[in-house]
Order: sequence, then C-alpha cells, then structure tokens
Amino acid sequence: MIRTTPFHERTSALNETGLWEHWANHLVATRYQMSDKFEYFAVRNSAGLFDTSPLFKYRVHGPDAERFLAGLLIRDVRTCAVGHGQYTAWCDDRGYVVDDGVVLRHGRDEYSLTAAEASLAYLQSLAAGLDVGIDDVSAEWAILAVQGPRSRDLLTALAPEVGKLGYFDVSAATIGGVPVTVSRTGYTGDLGYEIWAPSDGALAVWDAVWQAGRGRGVIPFGMTALYMARIEAGLLLRDVDFHSSRFAWTDAERATPIELGLAWMVRGIEADDRAFVGRDAIRREVAQRTSRWRLGGLMVDWRDYDRIYRAAGLIPPKDHTPIQDEYYVYDDELNQLGFATSQMYSPALQRHIALARVPLDRTPGSRVKLELGVNHRYEYFDAEVTRLPLFNPPRRTA
Amino acid sequence: MATTNGTARDGRARKGDARPDRRAAHDRGRDARRPWDAIVIGGGHNGLTNAAYLAKAGLRTLVLERRPIVGGAAITEELRPGFWFTTFSYALSLLRPDIIQELELVKHGFFPILMPTTFCPMENGDYLLFGMDHQENVQEIARHSRHDADAYDAFNHDIARVCQAIKPLLDAAPPDIFSDDPEELVALASLGQRFRGLDKKVLHDAVRLLTGSAADFLDDYFESDILKGYLASSSIIGTKVGPYSQGSGLVLLYHFIGEHDGEFGAWAFHKRGNGGFTQVLARAAEAFGVEIRLESPVERVITRDGRATGVALADGTEYHAPIVVSALDPRRTFLELVEPRELPTDLVETIRRFRFQGTSAKVNFALDGYPRYPALGDRTDQYRGFTNIGPSMEYLERAFDDAKYGWFSKRPYLDTAIQSTVDPDMAPPGKAVMSCFVQYAPYHLRESDWDTEREHLGDTVQATIESFFPGFGDLVLQREIRTPLDIERTVGLSEGNIFAGEFLAPQMYFFRPAPGWSNYRTPIDGYYQCGSGTHPGGCVMGAPGKLAAQRILRDRDRGRGSGERGERDGVRGESPAAAAART
Repeated sequence: MIRTTPFHERTSALNETGLWEHWANHLVATRYQMSDKFEYFAVRNSAGLFDTSPLFKYRVHGPDAERFLAGLLIRDVRTCAVGHGQYTAWCDDRGYVVDDGVVLRHGRDEYSLTAAEASLAYLQSLAAGLDVGIDDVSAEWAILAVQGPRSRDLLTALAPEVGKLGYFDVSAATIGGVPVTVSRTGYTGDLGYEIWAPSDGALAVWDAVWQAGRGRGVIPFGMTALYMARIEAGLLLRDVDFHSSRFAWTDAERATPIELGLAWMVRGIEADDRAFVGRDAIRREVAQRTSRWRLGGLMVDWRDYDRIYRAAGLIPPKDHTPIQDEYYVYDDELNQLGFATSQMYSPALQRHIALARVPLDRTPGSRVKLELGVNHRYEYFDAEVTRLPLFNPPRRTA
Repeated sequence: MATTNGTARDGRARKGDARPDRRAAHDRGRDARRPWDAIVIGGGHNGLTNAAYLAKAGLRTLVLERRPIVGGAAITEELRPGFWFTTFSYALSLLRPDIIQELELVKHGFFPILMPTTFCPMENGDYLLFGMDHQENVQEIARHSRHDADAYDAFNHDIARVCQAIKPLLDAAPPDIFSDDPEELVALASLGQRFRGLDKKVLHDAVRLLTGSAADFLDDYFESDILKGYLASSSIIGTKVGPYSQGSGLVLLYHFIGEHDGEFGAWAFHKRGNGGFTQVLARAAEAFGVEIRLESPVERVITRDGRATGVALADGTEYHAPIVVSALDPRRTFLELVEPRELPTDLVETIRRFRFQGTSAKVNFALDGYPRYPALGDRTDQYRGFTNIGPSMEYLERAFDDAKYGWFSKRPYLDTAIQSTVDPDMAPPGKAVMSCFVQYAPYHLRESDWDTEREHLGDTVQATIESFFPGFGDLVLQREIRTPLDIERTVGLSEGNIFAGEFLAPQMYFFRPAPGWSNYRTPIDGYYQCGSGTHPGGCVMGAPGKLAAQRILRDRDRGRGSGERGERDGVRGESPAAAAART
C-alpha cells in the first residue's frame, strides 16, 4: 500500500495537478501547479517548501555512536561538533560508494543519519560489538525543506535562532508550538533549511511556515523542480549518478567517492587514523591513481546547439525538464568517452547543462561531444567540461 | 591605437567600489585627457551593449550618460520605500539570446524569471486565463469557443514558422541595397537565397503579417472576441495603429518573434525589472573595460573635415576619439548632435519625416494588496504574468479611435503586470507593485498638453482598472504617471516613442532610419548610430547595439571610418595594421 507523508493533508490540498510520484513508497507531488518551472523559480528567487519526509532516517545513539559512525562514514565524523552536520557517504571495503546522506550531531552520543534507501540491516551489521543503538526513525519524523534566498528571513521570523545557523549547522527550535530540529541543509544548492518535526506535529509546523510565507512568494515545489535544482547544484542522485555498490552487478555500475567528485571528503586520508570501511581501498586509489573517471559538469556549446537544430529545420528547444537518463559522451572521432547521467536546460545559467562521467584527462575546460537525438537521429553537440557545481550562489553558504 | 585588452585594462586603476552610479563629474577632466578609441553617447541598453562589444574587441570605450542612472528607458526605481517601479520598460522578450552568451551576462547577474500566466479579464466579468499547460489552455479557450481551441494551435504553429524564417533578419544588419560594395551585394544575394528557400505558405504569411492588419490575420483563425483581443493587443503596442490598421501585423509579428528560453512569444521578468537587467549589462560592459560616466550630457559631436573626432558636453568638456557612436534616436543623432548642414539634404529630410508620434504611457501603482477579480474569488495566481485589458479587437480599435483625433483613450488598452508576484523583492511582504502600460496616449494632444492632462490620464487608467477589478482604487498607495511627454523629457526618446521611431514598414529594415543608412554608419566618418532607431528596432533587444559594434569593428579592420568618404579618400582596402597606425 502506498503511504502518505505527515504533511499530506496540506500537500494534497495544494496539489492542483493531481500528479504524484512514489518515493520510498510515499506519495510526493511531481509538481503542485501547472508550471514546475515556476516552482523552480520560487527556490531560486524567493523560497519553496518541499516535503522530504520519505527520506530514510536513522537515529544513532549510545556511547559508541561516534566510534560506529567514524568507522562507517568516509568523512571524519569526530570533527563534527555537536550542533553541526556533514554531508557524507559510506563505502564498501573496495572503496565503492554504498550510499550518501547527511549526518547531524545533536549531542555527544546522539546523531541522525539520512539515507536514500533502506539501510538498517546494513548499518546494524557493521555495529557488531559496539555499544550503539541504531533505530529506523523514518516514520517518526517529517522533514520540511525550506529552500531559497528568502528561507532565512522566513524561518528567522518563526524561530530567531535559525538566523544564526551557519552552513550545515543544526539547532533545536520551536515552530508552531512544536519542538523541532532545524538544519541548514538541503538538496537545491541554494540557501536553505530542513525542519525535522515529529510526525504528529508536522501539520502545525507546516501551517506556521505557510503562514509566515504568505505574501512573500513562498510556494510548495515538487520533484521536477527539485531535480532541476539538484542538477544545477551538482548534487548526487542514487541510481542516476551512481548505483549502490551493495546491489550493483558490475564494477562499471559502481563508483568511488573520488570518481563522484567527493575527493574533498577524503582529503587527508593518508593521515586519517580511522579504520573506516573502504579506507584502504581509497588510499590505494589515491596512491595508485586508479580512479577511472570523474563526474563533472557539461555546458553545451550554445552556438553548436542552435546550429544543429536550425540546420535540422527545428526551433532549438530549451526545455528545463530534467532528463535523468544516460546519454553518451564522445571525442571528436566519436569514440565513446563516458556518459551524461542527467541533463536539462538551466534557466538560471541560460545553457543546456549535464552531469557526466568523463575520463580524467578531460579536465575542466576541455571539450567533448554530447550525443542527442535530433529529428530521430543522433547528433553530436560540442560541450565544455566544467567543475561542479554548475550553479553555486554565494548565499548558499554565506 | 591598437591597444590590447591587457594594456587597456592595466591603464585603468579601477577600484572595486567605483560603481558607475557613484562616479562624479569631477572625473571628467581626467577622462577628457585620456585617449579613447570609442565614445558611446547614451547609456541605455543599446549604448551599453554596443560599448561592451567594442570593449570586448579591445577598444578603450567610454559611455557618456546624461542621467544619474544607466539604462535609458529600462530602469527600475524605488519610488516609495520597499516598492520598486519599472518606470518605463517592464519585461524582456526580444533580447537576443546570443548577447546573453557573448557578453557573459549570467556571470553578472542576468536572471530572467518565468511569467507563467496571462490573464485577460472580460467586460462581462468572465475571463481568459492562460497558464503553462497546453491542454489546460486548450480547455480554457474551448470555454469561449470550441472552434478556437485547435485553431489556436494552428495559429501558433503558423506564426512560429514565420518567426523561424524572419528571426535571422533580426540578427544581421540589413544589406545596403543602395551600395555597389561587393560585400553588400553578397549579403543581398544571400538574403534573396533565404527567401527563395521558404515554404510558399510561410512566405505568404510573412508578407501578410509584414504588410497587413492583425485583424485580418486573426480573423482567419478565430471567432472568439477575447482570444482575438488578447492576441491583437500585441499588434498595437508602442505604435499608432489599431488592430484593423494595415501595419499592425508587423507589430504583432515583432512581439511573437520575442522569445524566452526558446519559446516564441514568451516574456520574462528580469530580477528587479528591466532596470535590474541594465545594471547587469553595465556590470558586464565594465568587466570588458568600458568606462561609464553618468550625468554627462553630450551636447554635440565634434567634427573636423567631415570626420568625427569627439564630443562636447553641455558644460564644455570635450572628449576625443576617432569613433563616436550615438545610441540616441534618429532625430537626436542626425538633427541635434551634429549640424544638419553637414549631412546630405535627402537624409535630413527623411529624418525630419521619420515618424515618432509616441502613443503610449505608463501608470505604475504601489498597492496595499492584490486586486480581486470577482469571478476568481480570492485567487491571486492569475497575476503571475501579464494582465491584459483589451478584451476584444473592437475595444482596442475604439481606444485607437480617440487617439486618431488627438486624445487619449477613454477606455485605454492596458498591459499590466503585478511584478511583485514574480519577484517578491519588488514590494514589501503582502504588498504589490503593478506596472501598467497604457495605450493610446498620443504625444500631441488636441488643444491641450500633457502637463495639464497628466492626472486625468491617471484617473482614466485607474477607472478602467476599477471597472474590471472593483475595489482596486482602495488598494492604491501611490501612483506614478508617465506620459509620452515625460518619457521624452526623462529618457530623451523623441515624442516619447518607446521604439525610438515607429514600427512601420517604411521605417524598417533597409529603411531604418533612412534609405542607405541602415548600416549603422552616418555620412560623417567615424560617427555611428546604434539606438533602437536603427535595425532591427525597439524593445529591449540589444541587436542594434551589437550589430552596430560589428559594423564599427569591421570598418576599423578595413581601415575606413564610415559613409562613402573613406572610399573616396582611398582609405578603403588599407590593412588593419595600417589603419591602426593611422588612427
């Protein structure tokens, strides 16, 4: 049976389209109104509300909580002070990514960890012998993401402590009379926050935020707008940008953190005294330079794009709808170099962009060709390899 | 003079905080002594675009703007604390996409926001509301006419095909059909080639639109008054024609050629309005090395032996450069900045005949909340784009009737937008700003003048809105009225014509602004034109600025100034290096 989230009573009233998607067996709006692009602009120009509740959430607690997480997560969680969080990933012992998520440290021995897919058995299997509790609290918590340039003003009006939160900081607060946890996190690459509310208080929190946002251009946004924002921000999506090594059939499906552009997470791994899962493999990858490719951005050459479509008798489309499917990337001789995992026309960047796996020698600034169908045949578009994120406003971390 | 980018930039100790709008006139003495490669008169969007392209090509370029703010008619002003008004120009559509890329505008803050709805109230209380969903729009049209539902698709497809065919003409200078220059003949031949390859229907539709009336064209497709009224509204904007006038088809086509994110006929609202856009443009221009001087009104172009050598400001300050570009309208460019005596008589006559006759006005409102449209109850999502008050072609034509006889419309056509719905930073929370384009408001009033009639116009507009939105008047916190006379006085556009000259066939393409002078040159060597009075014309398009820059740079490489004189002097054919040495 498909389930609904604790916000459903509100989100269903606001969803004018009748369009829903399934996310972790929950209904989530594809879009709330006829224009998903307008929802995207709310995120980039005012603030948007997103129901992130279906995310898998785990409570990790007990005297060995830090030790457990330090042995699991590739970023050193010991450097994460109480009241902070980290975007992180975890690997198998061959150094391939199992999943990514956000860990929040609420107290010395009290953490929460999010995951894209169900992970309890896996987490528990790594906790053997440690004095740590791992509970699946997915259903206990609703998460309301408030994302966009006005999110800070909006939430500060409700809970002044939010105004002081730095990037990836966490704070307890009360919103709508409900004790909540607010973290300065999100999946849009913009200034934004996520409010963790107990499920039975979710509606009160929603109502308080909704009320505070009135007259400020605040609207809910659905999955399409979220995907648009995440592609611009170069944020990874499991089963699109990578497959969990646990369930991959071949190494071609697997990816290492460095290949996914997360090398910054394992910087200093030579000096890292933690024995976390995958450490040795990652060290070897660094030392022996065995990374196979890198996930980077592509900016399609706009002149080439226009030229090819016009030559085909077509008006060059600029469609913002995210395509999260494989399209192949070539060199000038049409030898395959890699593939794009996701692509779209970015309204903010005014360019066609993609996330793509490209060989290591295709460093930022070098050129590749992206294969796209035009008039029912493949054409090859010049594109420039760029660093991620493609869109990164200063307000995101300021 | 062939300074590299590097030297040009190094030569200027620019401070990070030296924003153009804060630079004072006391810089003038220093500027005047500097060797400039090019001086652009007027810091509107075309002047800035032109200067940016020139600087990008390595020319030390100075922009002289009369007002304390760049942007020309594309400005946004905070007329009441927290309320930002797009004083004149109010949305983007025709801006050439290549300019966005070539001038790297995104890097400097270019941010066009989608306007997802178009709302057309009707006099009987009903409405036509378009959104972003095609099928929903089809149903909405069917509510008014089942016949028109799929006719709308046919219309859009037909007109998009015409746009596809015509659009390249906006992105290239017209060939000079009066010249023997082989390059121009090649350009003319390729233009002929382009039209030879066109589908018969597309070419015929194009000619019907370019020469005929919007009403004739729309009547072929539709029966619904509200749909035709909405579409025909685009056929009169900024122009002294009614939808039944020959020539309105051209204006309609121009508005459909505009695009946003690849969609013909779509409009966007730039962050902080069109003033936000011109600020972006100014930043981009400065990044390429352009210097912008505000409060620097140019009085005349200095010439010597038929050649432009610089400009003189009203206070007598002189700046010297071998290239002088006027971004002002044709009347100012040819009749005011230079001595008409220096120009060929036929050109002077053509420019004197050039029709401006501004016919539109703006009334901008600060509102205490959103207007209520009774049929939609408390809904406000219909205000996320334009609200078009022009419910039938007859309504528009009757509005035009008043203008024909020298008065403003008793029931004007209004193109309104509550811009704070799209960009909440334009007004305080819960409040709103509303831009309201008004037509017809002819520059020449019969037996009165605009200083006398300004408030009457405001009252007429407000009463018209009130008739569709009862209670509107109670929301008005402040009202700003900008008549054609105000447009002329403030922005400098002659007779307040928003396109710097009417969009009429005899004033377009080969003939804009005058036969033989559609190539951005003037008869004075080194003196060029880049304003909306040149091809392809007005709207925040930027194309005149860019195409003029291309012309200037090509002339410079070919070693000639402008006009025919260079050829007569035998300068033509000189190598770029020699040209550089000479200048």
